[in-house]
Amino acid sequence: MAGDKADDPVAGTLVRRHRLATRIWHWFNAVTVFVMLMSGLMIFNAHPRLYWGQYGANSDPAWLEIRGTQRQGFLRVGNVQVETTGVLGYWRDADGRIQRRAFPGWATIPSRYSLSGARRWHLAFAWLLAAGLIAFAASSLANRHLQRDLLPGRGELGPRHLWRDIADHARLRYPTGEKALHYSTLQKLAYSGVIIFLLPILILTGLTMSPGMDAAWPWLVDLFGGRQSARSIHFIAAALTALFILVHLVQLILSGPFNGLRSMITGRYRVPGPKEVDA
Amino acid sequence: MISRRKLIGTLGLGASGLILSGCDRLDRSASFRGLLRSAEGLTMRAQRLVTDRIALAREFSEADMSPVFRSNGTANPGTEAYAAHAAAGFRDWRLRIDGAVRRPMELSMAQIRAMPARTQITRHDCVEGWSAIGKWHGVPLKLLIDAAGLHDSARYIVFHCADRFGDRPYYESIDLVDALHPQTILAWGMNDALLPIPNGAPLRLRVERQLGYKHAKYVERIEAVADLAALHGGKGGYWEDVADYEWNAGI
Repeated sequence: MAGDKADDPVAGTLVRRHRLATRIWHWFNAVTVFVMLMSGLMIFNAHPRLYWGQYGANSDPAWLEIRGTQRQGFLRVGNVQVETTGVLGYWRDADGRIQRRAFPGWATIPSRYSLSGARRWHLAFAWLLAAGLIAFAASSLANRHLQRDLLPGRGELGPRHLWRDIADHARLRYPTGEKALHYSTLQKLAYSGVIIFLLPILILTGLTMSPGMDAAWPWLVDLFGGRQSARSIHFIAAALTALFILVHLVQLILSGPFNGLRSMITGRYRVPGPKEVDA
Repeated sequence: MISRRKLIGTLGLGASGLILSGCDRLDRSASFRGLLRSAEGLTMRAQRLVTDRIALAREFSEADMSPVFRSNGTANPGTEAYAAHAAAGFRDWRLRIDGAVRRPMELSMAQIRAMPARTQITRHDCVEGWSAIGKWHGVPLKLLIDAAGLHDSARYIVFHCADRFGDRPYYESIDLVDALHPQTILAWGMNDALLPIPNGAPLRLRVERQLGYKHAKYVERIEAVADLAALHGGKGGYWEDVADYEWNAGI
């Protein structure tokens, strides 16, 4: 979001929008996060129950559970249970066979059940995710991208400003002209929330899954209230990341996918004029 | 506009399908698996780098213990020989220590129980994701290793077990860093009683900085070796050989 060269942008002109570092990290993450989420779902399939506290196994109360019965699949969160037959807990694999694992084959890496296979993907790509985040965070701090473009400015978090931003989003009213070259407050909160909170929490709770790391850094697992709490937080943060990606893709399609994709590939963005959404 | 959106949507769906089947194809490729596995070495070296050699796994109080400590894997080896041992209260069970050691030996359970013991309340983390906290009582492996005296060539300690999966015996291995760690014990007691059969009676390994599949149950032989390649499938453990789990179970 380098709007520096576009002091007075005219609608329809191409301006520089995303830095190279942003574009590289974006597409790097498009692959890495995708692999992490899907291999993570396979790892979850090995024990599709979540707990709070230090311990948690089959005879302990789970706050979330996905299970398959003879003919149905269920997702239970606390005391609320919904039937998920066909998607979670009871589904047909590519060969038409009934499976009772939690997440279906089309959502997992690998698609057939393999805990060791999923772990190999997950633990290798975790290095890439962490390295990418550290590199991007360091460069964004150094060139002030984080402070200038991603963190909400003073006054942006006031209730009136926030409310107007929410109302604009709800009406799918996208900014035009100069304003389109800066992130809105909700965008800033979403992007900085992922970069500052979700991704670091995912990486740190991921580390607490390791009994070796827990011996090395016992404070880390304490920070999250125990290993099973950390596993639950890991899953919740992953779900929020998936939600972010979903909203991100919907917003891309609604705000003009061609212009958005171009700006994230070439860095150039066509300044939208009034009353036009798609480029 | 609509056609472009449709096009992008179709491309997106097609791409995700391609990516998924591509991931499965990559997963079957030996060279790609080798590439992913190279991260395993990186992970182990990085862990060793940040972990003090004798950094202890967290020990808990009795109030923190799981009400039920589930068992996993073999619940009973089920062989005639094992049933006879169990019926006799493991009076005639022998632990053999051999391989690259100066003084191969055989110890009875009475001899093992007479040795100095360590009690620890620790969290057991299964590779599947669950955890249980239990109390373990047993002889530090270091005492047994010192009694047998390692040859200079010894690099790994292998645990041979009385249980079998199909036609394969269960076995596991650890390196000397973990073998000599103060919390690494051969447990014969659990939760203030003798070790129950589903949890590995009469002797099981506790190696507290590793996942559950390393904690070999029904241990009848300890072998010191220079190299793991000659044993069974060559990868250092039953699950490593059969289902491609990582030898380093520290993560």
